[in-house]
Amino acid sequence: MTTWTVATALLSHWRRRPLQFGALLSGLALATALWSGVQAINAEARASYTRAAVVLDQNGLANLVSSNGSSVPQSAFVRLRRAGWNVSPVVEGDYRFGTTRLRVIGIEPLTMPAEAQTIDLGNAGDLLSFISPPGTLVVSAGTAEKIRGQTDLALRVSDRMLDGAAFVDIGLAQRLLRRDGELSRIVVAENQRSGLEPLEKLVPTLSVREPNAETDVEHLTESFHLNLTAFGLLAFAVGLFIVYSTIGLAFEQRRPTFRTLRCLGVSLRVLAVLLLAELVLFALAAGAVGVAIGYLVASLLLPGVAATLEGLYGASVPGTLSLRPEWWVSGFAIAVAGTLVSSAQSLLRLTRVPLLAAAQPQTWGRSWQAGRRFQVLAAAALLALSGALLLWAEGLEAGFGVLGCLLLGASLLLPTVLSGFLTVMQRTSSRALVTWFWADARQQLPGLSLALMALLLALAANVGVGTMVSSFRLTFVGWLDQRLAAELYVAARNEGEADRLRTWLATKVESVLPISSVDAEIRGQPMQIFGVVDDPTYRKHWPLIVGLPDVWDRVASGQGVLVNEQFWRRDRLRIGDQLDLASDWKSTVVGVYSDYGNPKGQVIAGINALTSRYPQVSRLRYGLRIQPDQVADLRSRLSDEFGLPPDNVVDQAALKEQSRRIFDRTFLVTGALNIFTLGVAALAMFSSLLTLSEMRLPQLAPVWAMGITRRDLALLELLRTLVLWLVTFIAALPLGLALAWVLLAVVNVEAFGWRLPMHIFPYEWVRLGLVVLAAAVVSVFIPLRRLAGLAPSDLLKVFANER
Amino acid sequence: MERYICAIVLILAAMVIALRNLSKSYETAEGRLEVLRGIDLDLGAGDSVALTGESGSGKSTLLHLVAGLDRPDSGEIVIGGRDISKLDDRGRAGYRRTEVGLVFQQFNLVPSLDVAANIAFHAKLAGRHDPAWENELVERLGIGTLLTRYPEQLSSGQQQRVAIGRTLAARPGLVLADEPTGNLDEANGDAVLELMLSLSKGTGSTLLMATHSRRLADWLDRQVHLRSGKIT
Repeated sequence: MTTWTVATALLSHWRRRPLQFGALLSGLALATALWSGVQAINAEARASYTRAAVVLDQNGLANLVSSNGSSVPQSAFVRLRRAGWNVSPVVEGDYRFGTTRLRVIGIEPLTMPAEAQTIDLGNAGDLLSFISPPGTLVVSAGTAEKIRGQTDLALRVSDRMLDGAAFVDIGLAQRLLRRDGELSRIVVAENQRSGLEPLEKLVPTLSVREPNAETDVEHLTESFHLNLTAFGLLAFAVGLFIVYSTIGLAFEQRRPTFRTLRCLGVSLRVLAVLLLAELVLFALAAGAVGVAIGYLVASLLLPGVAATLEGLYGASVPGTLSLRPEWWVSGFAIAVAGTLVSSAQSLLRLTRVPLLAAAQPQTWGRSWQAGRRFQVLAAAALLALSGALLLWAEGLEAGFGVLGCLLLGASLLLPTVLSGFLTVMQRTSSRALVTWFWADARQQLPGLSLALMALLLALAANVGVGTMVSSFRLTFVGWLDQRLAAELYVAARNEGEADRLRTWLATKVESVLPISSVDAEIRGQPMQIFGVVDDPTYRKHWPLIVGLPDVWDRVASGQGVLVNEQFWRRDRLRIGDQLDLASDWKSTVVGVYSDYGNPKGQVIAGINALTSRYPQVSRLRYGLRIQPDQVADLRSRLSDEFGLPPDNVVDQAALKEQSRRIFDRTFLVTGALNIFTLGVAALAMFSSLLTLSEMRLPQLAPVWAMGITRRDLALLELLRTLVLWLVTFIAALPLGLALAWVLLAVVNVEAFGWRLPMHIFPYEWVRLGLVVLAAAVVSVFIPLRRLAGLAPSDLLKVFANER
Repeated sequence: MERYICAIVLILAAMVIALRNLSKSYETAEGRLEVLRGIDLDLGAGDSVALTGESGSGKSTLLHLVAGLDRPDSGEIVIGGRDISKLDDRGRAGYRRTEVGLVFQQFNLVPSLDVAANIAFHAKLAGRHDPAWENELVERLGIGTLLTRYPEQLSSGQQQRVAIGRTLAARPGLVLADEPTGNLDEANGDAVLELMLSLSKGTGSTLLMATHSRRLADWLDRQVHLRSGKIT
């Protein structure tokens, strides 16, 4: 009963300050929402990788793979079977059916262990059609829809298959992928007879990949998920600023209540436990709202994320979200943890302040100001650490470390910079009202600095990520113009049609550029080798980063190859390095080209060099050089002559448009998270201004009494907010540019393997500035209305002797 | 300089105050509360008048009305021939800025400005910034060592000295003081009041001071006693 009475007294604070209560709950809910939303997206994507790995890669079982990353010889499988090992061969690679590229997985159903049997071939008829010519593709319903009419192979739909992949008999897969006698890996069953000769003796060149090891897709997408997590953390931190500032003020405002309760015999322990319980209760309530909003945010963003993962990495993630209990739990946990972290200082202070210490809401700001020297030192240390990481550390985590230290260091420095600016302005102004304006702005700083720091983070993230995306887009569009030089792209449905097409086209276009490639493993990495003809198009347009002067002559003569930027950077290749492209094919690196949007390494060789090693290479696709005004005519003639479906004849403009659409879709998620973070920062500002407006009367009343109207005071209040926002916005520009530079020069290189030039987009800053201006006006609107609408009697209370 | 002095003399000469049938009431939880009921009062230029009475007798309300901080329900506040109760918000703000100086029990200094800036603040707003006069005030108030401090760093007595300095630095024709020594001990209170009286006499300002204390009221030229919103 006593406890309940004390709790009622404590909770009455919030009843009398509903707006403060709303700010606390909304700050916490929003912080939780963005964090748990991002976690939900990551969890869904990772679950889908695992599902794909289990279904498509038999990842639940151990696999034997080549130790040096090359192919596994089929003879190794034969040797293992003969020795009594229960193993099954797999060969896999990408294959294009018309315009649709599928991941083809060749399996041997008779030896595949039961626990890895993804598709049901129990029926004798099914098994027979699967292993007999011409063969069967087992695909998902969606994939079947896409490739119907593009292949002569029989199609069988399986509910367990994932989009973008097909199971086929291993013999057919080797034929399609031109990998006769080669395997990608060998699946090892769990149950083996005892007394078998050890694997390392039988197949010493192979190594065992343990079950559930990280998959290629997981590895590739790691940077993307790390990116999302970083954004989620940033938004969470921004949200926590609101919570920290609201709890801090509420504790100071309630100090008289604490003092009275202590004087009435409530022990410090009971008081602390009750306050802790109150905070946990609020955290759980706000956490529930936050998780619900997070689910909504994740549902809205997931289709975009799925598209991004598909576009960037070829990873298939469903566009719908499932409710996972662990995600709910983590949402509540982060809400409670965030609240406890934000309130730790206030709770600690409660235990240290003497019983009879006077309540001083103003000291809340002043004590913070007293710690500014420590902040400056911490900022300097963080900025130095950021520089050190930039200079001496490597890897994606180090890149994010640079970003984190830079952002946190700069935000800690902001209050000192603002204070310095306001002091200079105050000292250089001579008019009384102007002097007071700057001095008063400086006095508001402790109360607003957390919100301004949050704003700085959100704005810098906007400027930085915006600059990175726009630089990327500008470079990408220019790169597309170079890369997609052919006016028309055509794909035959089979090799016979391709032969006829080549003959027919020979007299009708300026040049025919075959697009032929094979999958290979070079230096232990899955890669594509493309073959190109010697044509002026490449010499004029191909986007080379570095290369020998006679690079194209060397490629055409088979003396050299080009490598893409990501392969070049990842393997620290140099011009003149030798590459083992196949068992009997070595070549020299003679140039490097940019290849944005491709996660894998790529090599370009002369077409003759390629076809001499891979005579069966697919020759279905071609780029055609013609006069632009002849494109439409040639399209219709191709359709008339060969009956090619519209998807098989694509003009340059359509392809570029499609690429740009994919690009824009890729960064949709980033844009949305940017807006959310800015929204949270605006809310932080609103909440701080609202809180401060409750303490403003004693500061404003004397000025009003000396003859400044309420209207003028309200206008000055608006102007003060705008000035603080503007200075923070200006401070965010160099920080944002530094952020963009780190993203472009460090994080992107580590994550994707390519480095982009940085461009500046002042127009985007103006646009962001206008958004910021609107947000500033909105954030100050309610406090301002409150001030302008103050009755003289409210102001007079400040002067009343019996307050 | 001559024109400046003439302007001050004109303001002071015009500072004849006439309150006619002044009434003011407030809405409270218990209903309408009549605080002032038909007050009539005349003050001449340079007068110093003590307004005495119990708590709730209407002293502060009367000061607030004369200061133009609030408006009466009825009646006139004629100062220098002009009824300030008829002025709009901007007009009354101008009146407070240029003609009135206020000293409160709670001091009500501007917390964001240091002592020097607080003293010059009202004078600058009134357009009568005079560094020499401000220096003299600082010297006479004995706050020369406090100029770079902020209000929160001062004791109550020091804060009230600064508040008086700020008021008199603007050379107002009318000084309104509401329990100016209420937050000070007797010795400090006496010293502060003595200073205020001597300085306001020196500038020729009219002084209307609300106080509980009969003892302090005796220091002024005249006393007016309020009881239940009426002059008795």
